[in-house]
Amino acid sequence: MMQPFRAATGGRVDRTSPIHFTFDGQRCAGFPGDTLASALLANGVHLVGRSFKYHRPRGILSAGSEEPNALVTIDRGAGRITPNLRATQVELYDGLTARSQNRFPSLRFDLGALAGLAAPLLSAGFYYKSFMWPPSFWKRLYEPAIRRAAGLGRAPVDSDPDRYLHRYAHCDVLIVGGGPAGLAAALGASATGARVILCDEQAELGGSLLDEPNTTIDGWPAPDWVREVIATLAGSVTLLPRTTAFGWYPGNLIGLVERVTDHLGEPTSVMPRERLWQVRAGRVVLATGAIERPMVFPGNDRPGVMLAGAARTYLHRYGVKVGQRVVIATADDSAYRAAMDLHAAGMTIAAIVDQRADPDGETVVAARLLGIPIYPGMTIGGTEGRLRVHSAKLANETDIIPCDTILMCGGWTPSVHLFSQSRGRLVFDAASGVYLPSEGAIGACAGEFDLTACLRDGALAGGSEPPPFAIAGIPAMRRSGPPVPAAPHRSAFVDFQNDVTTKDLAIATDEGFVSIEHVKRYTTTGMATDQGKTSNLNALASVAALTGQGIEAVGLTTFRPPFTPVTFGALAGPFRDALSAPVRLPPIATPGAMLEDVGTWKRARCFPRDNETIDTAVIRECLAVRGDAGMLDASTLGKIEVAGPDAAAFLSRIYTGDFTTLAPGRCRYAVLLGEDGFIRDDGIVARLAADRFHVTTTTGGAAFVLHHMEDYLQTEFTSLRVWLTSITEQWAVIAVQGPKSAEHLAPFIPDVDLSTMPHMSVRETRIGNIPIRLFRVSFTGETGFEINLPPHHAQRVWDTLRQHGVTPYGTDAMHLLRAEKGYIIVRQETDGTVTPDDVGLGWTIGGGDFVGKRSLSLPDLKRSDRKQLVGLLPDDPTAMPEEGAAVTDGAEAIGHVTSSYRSPTLGRAFALALVTGGRSRIGKPLQVPTPHRAIGVTVSEPIFLDKAGDRLRARPLPRAAGEPLLAAVDQLAPVARPCGTVQLTVLAPTTRLAIRAGTVAGTAIGLALGVLLPTVPCRSVIARDRAALWLGPDEWLVVAPEGASDLAAQATKAAADHPASIVDVSHRSRTLEITGPRAAWCLNAFCALDLDISAFPVGMCTRTRLGHAEIVLWRIAPEVFHLDVPRSFVPYVWACLEEARLEWTDPEPVMMP
Amino acid sequence: MLLIPCPWCGPRPENEFRYGGQAHVVRPPDPSLVDDAAWGAYLYLRDNLKGRHTERWRHLHGCGRFFNCVRDTVSDHIAATYKPGEAPPS
Repeated sequence: MMQPFRAATGGRVDRTSPIHFTFDGQRCAGFPGDTLASALLANGVHLVGRSFKYHRPRGILSAGSEEPNALVTIDRGAGRITPNLRATQVELYDGLTARSQNRFPSLRFDLGALAGLAAPLLSAGFYYKSFMWPPSFWKRLYEPAIRRAAGLGRAPVDSDPDRYLHRYAHCDVLIVGGGPAGLAAALGASATGARVILCDEQAELGGSLLDEPNTTIDGWPAPDWVREVIATLAGSVTLLPRTTAFGWYPGNLIGLVERVTDHLGEPTSVMPRERLWQVRAGRVVLATGAIERPMVFPGNDRPGVMLAGAARTYLHRYGVKVGQRVVIATADDSAYRAAMDLHAAGMTIAAIVDQRADPDGETVVAARLLGIPIYPGMTIGGTEGRLRVHSAKLANETDIIPCDTILMCGGWTPSVHLFSQSRGRLVFDAASGVYLPSEGAIGACAGEFDLTACLRDGALAGGSEPPPFAIAGIPAMRRSGPPVPAAPHRSAFVDFQNDVTTKDLAIATDEGFVSIEHVKRYTTTGMATDQGKTSNLNALASVAALTGQGIEAVGLTTFRPPFTPVTFGALAGPFRDALSAPVRLPPIATPGAMLEDVGTWKRARCFPRDNETIDTAVIRECLAVRGDAGMLDASTLGKIEVAGPDAAAFLSRIYTGDFTTLAPGRCRYAVLLGEDGFIRDDGIVARLAADRFHVTTTTGGAAFVLHHMEDYLQTEFTSLRVWLTSITEQWAVIAVQGPKSAEHLAPFIPDVDLSTMPHMSVRETRIGNIPIRLFRVSFTGETGFEINLPPHHAQRVWDTLRQHGVTPYGTDAMHLLRAEKGYIIVRQETDGTVTPDDVGLGWTIGGGDFVGKRSLSLPDLKRSDRKQLVGLLPDDPTAMPEEGAAVTDGAEAIGHVTSSYRSPTLGRAFALALVTGGRSRIGKPLQVPTPHRAIGVTVSEPIFLDKAGDRLRARPLPRAAGEPLLAAVDQLAPVARPCGTVQLTVLAPTTRLAIRAGTVAGTAIGLALGVLLPTVPCRSVIARDRAALWLGPDEWLVVAPEGASDLAAQATKAAADHPASIVDVSHRSRTLEITGPRAAWCLNAFCALDLDISAFPVGMCTRTRLGHAEIVLWRIAPEVFHLDVPRSFVPYVWACLEEARLEWTDPEPVMMP
Repeated sequence: MLLIPCPWCGPRPENEFRYGGQAHVVRPPDPSLVDDAAWGAYLYLRDNLKGRHTERWRHLHGCGRFFNCVRDTVSDHIAATYKPGEAPPS
């Protein structure tokens, strides 16, 4: 067996099954339980990397996450290469492949080390001073060259095949750190019945106790005591080893990253590689321990120079001897304890060099008795050895001590990073020269190094009376004083990872940098990926001495997240590829169509037939609409039902028109302004009844318009009795447009005489037995109808119309057709600075006050030289100006092209443009520059077809019925996918009513429906086969079995005497059911609510977010949740939950049919 | 992510909410009686406080209600939330 530095016994590694790994291609042996660092040390390897700036050979300094030197790349194959991992935290598995970094051609012979010869030139500020001229060289030459020379590992270029998950969690107490204080706190907190999470960045809980096989707690060897405590906690406390608390955010939100599979040689594909926890904690107990400080002396960075406590950890936890002949440089008694333990393991302690003049006490005496030479009041003055230290020269310049290892202990710095992130107040402790948290910390993090006290304080912090812990085996130790600054030697390193020396700090202070924050940025001390965990206090001490201040006067730099680097994978989590954003598909499938993104939807651009290009398809579709009839899937249009006695008055204040005069059954085009007078959206307002309107919005503006209306309703126009209900997904829309549209539709719509139905009107009627809302409206300039129908029937109606010769057209043709008529598209012709008058819509403005009206009379909005919408006709009818191009009068830009098309109907190109004073320029020539030439154009009115509107108002020819009517309603089959501990099902459709009403009406409606509408927020009432869910103080969702079609009528009748809004929304959403013991866990991968049964009891219901979707979540049993999901979000939500439950169920995800 | 106490639903994660700007900016009852300067101020002038700020939020992905909130813009500490029409706590 290799591993010459493995001790014969001891450590927590499994010596029975050796495993192998490679480091820079060299095959080495180790044991399960090793870290990469411990296994390398067992093989006698100290040299593991080259430094960032000078390429100096560097060894392993520490045994924990504070490691600044031993950064390695772990290679698990394409896309799974992780650079800059600390070897001290990489758990060994069989087959692990590790590489050193920042060296060429090899670690032992690195050309970059030539930089070290130039080190006198490369001190702090060198780059700022040297690479000044010429400025353009910085970006192209200096910076790339410097970046190549100085560096860390390389990021992988392939996409990451691993899975990452998020998880939201809540607890009463979060304990960070699983050492003695943290474990005692967990015991104390769990005894109170609190919900407790304990996390620790290491693979094993126990912290420093794992280094204490010879110490006993209550008679147990410390590591065994840890085992017993973990067994006690396992049932009641969430224990998270391998989990780093990396950030503390407002509201006690702590970010944790759990490394789930990195320690496994062959991880299964169902497990995420990492899991990002966002923990909302009632309170946080910091038991993050302390970090040992290096000593600052010349040559303190050679391989073989490491921390004394780390050497002890390697011996006791991993059974590894860090060397044979050891010199110890210390200012703290704990190094004496390391000396004795290493001595007992057979290593030679050549000397203990103690900075203190009078080392004394139990450990010092014991070391003397062992015959170890002790040099009091002494430091190391230099070291020798190229790739490994081979001697230490004392500061007295006479004693040169041969050695292969130098151990340092300058004292212990409490790990206050997280506390600092929480914006907590740090208090300077003059005796020990360190900063301590003012509250919320225990153990070494709070400056307490006595084990008995740590256990006691832990139990108290947990909330319980501490039991009398009986400790034996730890000698009494004196704590070190404040760090003693070293003389400014060139090669005495303060910050190992960024190669900052005492000399650099001296240069910074010489040049006038006084604030520690400035010194930090000028010298980069504390700015590397380790954020100066080992260096900060030494740097502070140096700066304090150089500037003649105390350490407390210099102050501490601010710590920021993350505590240790976090992968992009963990931060992105599952929100990539299909889950990065919901893809919403309209209810009509259109195979063969070219799709485009419109808002969050995918819409059909055009429907190319065989051998058709996009252009020829669009031309064919346009001609079909102008000559016969075409149909567009307009389902994505936003739709809002506005109901209540004051609905007309409300709409007259929100839109530009006056809707109090609109007769039931009629529609009006309406423009919505912001209070600043600029166009935000437009649509059709249709009056279904005196107190009920069906309002459409643009596809992309639907959510905004509803929010905007609610804003004014709730906060300004509060006296109006009006309620809003989104019905976007309740109704699919098929727009049938063209001179023969009525002829094609008439056979299917027997109850309405389409020939007499006027332009801009609406009827509630039916196709077969399907209820529809039929609009006669047009966005093409042709006679047109829009059929609003339940989405699950849309496909059959679409397909039937297609068979009957109606040509499908897409959004490209729709854009072209409307532009020929000069109809604007909001956010294409408008950009947030356009008034109705600017685009020729001044005629929509009504007499009363509405949102934005006052602004229209501001002087700047009335100027005659505002940009106005005009048409542009290119002099060359084949020349097409580019959308977005400038429009010039030959001298300067006076506008821009908003839309540009080649019209098959007009037989020429034309464009719409916003041009300064445009209406006064009609008939005049202008130019649209292109990169090659200027296109000459003539300004025209922005309408190119049927200016009189005859086509719009044409009386369609009647046509006798005779065609087959559509058959009866079809059923959507429920889809069930049972498996494992989390089952996911799409439930059968139900009848659902969106009820918005005041308390009195709500009571009446509840009585009529036989289910009382709950008044307690977020609670539900179930009565027989129906349920009422509280969604808001005036909003409920009533659920009943499918077929309860008279439910809406019952409710409406009950509310006859009281204003209320009752809208059937049965088709708007589907219900998913998730059941099983892990149901809440899976939901919490995407939902940030506390789903513990105590916080989210049975019967609770609420709107919330699941990933990027809005859902209604309802707990109907401890392990059964119903999710009401908008139709178009069902595939997305399904995919999210499949992702979440993958680790609990089948290896392959079940796809949504 | 802030934890925001909705006056109806209780403490909820920030991703359920939508920010609504400074609170207690009242729309003039009859804008036509307001001169241009005052209307411009209503439209565009807002406090930019360091410290205690009263602001509107809407529990958009929850009960849907607008409400007011007192938040410290330095620490993000939320001192109180209250329903529209109620006076800010002193």
